[in-house]
Amino acid sequence: MKNVILHILKRIGASVVTVFVISLIIFIGVELLPGDVADTVLGQSATPETVEAFRKELKLDLPPHIRYVAWLKNFVQGDFGNSLANKRPVAELISWRFSNTLFLAATTALIAVPLAILLGILAAFYRNTLYDKVISTTTLSFISFPEFFVAYILIALFSVKMELFPSIAMIDPHMGLGRKFYTILLPALTLTCVVTAHMMRQTRAAIINVLASAYIEMAEIKGIRRLRIIIHHAFPNSLSPVINVVAVNLAYLVVGVVIVEVVFVYPGLGQLLVDSVAKRDLPVVQASGLIFSITYIGLNLLADVLSMLSNPKLRQSQF
Amino acid sequence: MTNLLEIKNLYIEAYSEEVWQPIVKDISLTLKKGEVLGLIGESGAGKSTIGLAAMGYTRQGCRLASGSILLDGVELLGASDEDLRVVRGSKIAYVAQSAAASFNPSHRIIRQHVEAPVQHGIMSYSEAQKEAIKIYRRLFLPDPEKIGFRYPHELSGGQLQRAMVAMAMSCEPQIIVFDEPTTALDVTTQIEVLAAVKEITEKMNKAALYITHDLAVVAQVAHRIMVLRNGRLVEEGETRALIRKPRQAYTRELLNVRSLREDKNQSDKMDVILTIKDVAATYTGEENVLEDINLTVRKGRTVALVGESGSGKSTLARVITGLLPAIEGSINFLGEDLPLELKHRTKDNLRRLQMIYQMPDTALNPKQTVRRVIGRPLEFYFNMRGKKADARIRELLSSIELEPDTYINRMTTELSGGEKQRICIARALAARPDLIICDEVTSALDQLVAEGILDLLQDLQNKTDISYLFITHDLATVKAISDKIVIMLEGKIIEQGEKKKVLSPPHHEYTDKLLSSIPEMDPDWLDNLLDERLDSFI
Repeated sequence: MKNVILHILKRIGASVVTVFVISLIIFIGVELLPGDVADTVLGQSATPETVEAFRKELKLDLPPHIRYVAWLKNFVQGDFGNSLANKRPVAELISWRFSNTLFLAATTALIAVPLAILLGILAAFYRNTLYDKVISTTTLSFISFPEFFVAYILIALFSVKMELFPSIAMIDPHMGLGRKFYTILLPALTLTCVVTAHMMRQTRAAIINVLASAYIEMAEIKGIRRLRIIIHHAFPNSLSPVINVVAVNLAYLVVGVVIVEVVFVYPGLGQLLVDSVAKRDLPVVQASGLIFSITYIGLNLLADVLSMLSNPKLRQSQF
Repeated sequence: MTNLLEIKNLYIEAYSEEVWQPIVKDISLTLKKGEVLGLIGESGAGKSTIGLAAMGYTRQGCRLASGSILLDGVELLGASDEDLRVVRGSKIAYVAQSAAASFNPSHRIIRQHVEAPVQHGIMSYSEAQKEAIKIYRRLFLPDPEKIGFRYPHELSGGQLQRAMVAMAMSCEPQIIVFDEPTTALDVTTQIEVLAAVKEITEKMNKAALYITHDLAVVAQVAHRIMVLRNGRLVEEGETRALIRKPRQAYTRELLNVRSLREDKNQSDKMDVILTIKDVAATYTGEENVLEDINLTVRKGRTVALVGESGSGKSTLARVITGLLPAIEGSINFLGEDLPLELKHRTKDNLRRLQMIYQMPDTALNPKQTVRRVIGRPLEFYFNMRGKKADARIRELLSSIELEPDTYINRMTTELSGGEKQRICIARALAARPDLIICDEVTSALDQLVAEGILDLLQDLQNKTDISYLFITHDLATVKAISDKIVIMLEGKIIEQGEKKKVLSPPHHEYTDKLLSSIPEMDPDWLDNLLDERLDSFI
């Protein structure tokens, strides 16, 4: 057990290093954006004097490495700077948006992950039957359509035709939890359609892969029922790839859902990021980028640790 | 007594090349209560297929074509999946060849043990657990109260195999099918498992089908033996009668494979070509896997390197070839010190020291023809191309007893296991080496095929005075081919010397255990040995 903890600590260390590298890339990337921020923000009123003053205010006159260190130092302390567009603290802008993004991602995960794993297990159980083919074809068609297309179809069906759910997922902090779920159901369903296929197919493949093992044959020869063999013998041994694909999809739900947010006018972080890029609101862009990367790396780290703990051999081995 | 199992005119077919082809042809057998029937033959003889068919089970791509399988009066051929499921595990159980692969790595041993009785509704979970511990004790597993609560990877190969024998007993079935339960084990661990098998068949009076390719092993446990070849019965008889007086030529061949070769004279007059001095090696940098290794190989002689798996035999081969540089000591080859690291060796160093591996399947590139495989070292070491190379390849093929015209343009995948190993030998010979390291070269092959390979190596040595360092865990092979024997245990050499000296007493304690563990054709050998060891234990 001691070795496992040591190994996990090492992985965490590696993740922290990765975050640093990414913060550097984000910073350099933003630096490389063409044009001068002060010019763009000031627009018509840009005279040499105002530009100079503005640059000073933003500390753009300092060399990049000093600005990078200052930015990172403040970021670690929770101070993300002020927005250029409306002068409000970035942390304030982001926290509400980010919690919305997490809420949508969590709701989707709650529907999609159990659904995908169940479908995957069933598809493996009914391998090469009509049922298997129907599931595979349906889920595959859903990922083949662009997200916005699925979103508009759902809107057309459920809010225009049947008038069951709102087409705009505008939530505010004063809503009750039930109300919130109701409001975001359509975007959550859209995202479910997008991520289920991937996870389901990976679950199916991982289980079928394991079904060729000698211990599965042994279980069959022991006279164990097929469904129990799949759930009890095959599934635990296919956990590692399943955990990894779930983590990648969760990360996607957090960082990659801009289009769905835009279609449903959902106040998430992705939309804020896109707006801020358009407005050259650099502090917001940098902070969002870094938060996205931390989420992504964190989820992958979690997946690694979980898949290691799911394997008794790794759990007890000497690293 | 009535027959527990009665198989009549059974045909089993496999789907290959788009047609159903018979792989088991017209097999009939009966098994009475308390009887052990040995099924013996080389791979492809259909032994395992018959063993599984006794449970109404076929592997993917196979089907029970016709005939009848009566288990305790119930017809299994054509029975529904659910009817078969009820029988499997409860009335007839199976012990597979590789326990390491057949235990689910995710669950504790005992959880897998109790699964069958609980799922078949025979016992409750806690009852089954108590029974499990009882049978663990009966099969001499260490720490029977607790061993079941470990995961499969925490047990040794022999323990795991015994745990699987125990698992087969979990529902108190009437018949157990043992499918090569000791093939993957060292001779010393094989004894433990054979003792467990005896406990079940003799003391607990269970009927069993015992499948193996080793006649000496089956002679210890079976009352009757059926010899199979290519899915057909060759002959059947009482164990003693069959061993004493085999009627068929094929059975005689199987019996004769363990013949000794005559000793060479004046073996210490030949030049020493390889001297290993005080060599030590490590994988981790902390613990040495090899220590104080000293040995010599003479020209035209065979040194056998013997030991259990994990004793460091193959590691020593890696050290000699430079793949794993030694951290101490020196290796002198043909009068000069070899650089310890592979990358510092000259082309000529490399050429004179060749290697043949255990798995010919993985040692040959599946995308290449025989011509390319053998032609490559000719080009690399001698810059030989075109007609000259062609002639040499044909010469080499003739020397390994393969017809050049038939084989030269074949893909390596179109060869049998024995033919592949011959090609590996030809590839090594192409470099005109002085020493070939043979790493378990016959252990993946069937007995008769292995015999052919050993004969070939012997012939080549007589003709060319080549030396072999022969790594093996099979003492029968050692007896057959070596001039000198080196015995390794836990990374050290514990005994070495001329074959006669090592094989005749007094032995080192471990050598004695190794030697006495080799099964002999005598059906009483195991009983006597177990009695002897029990006596000395008390």
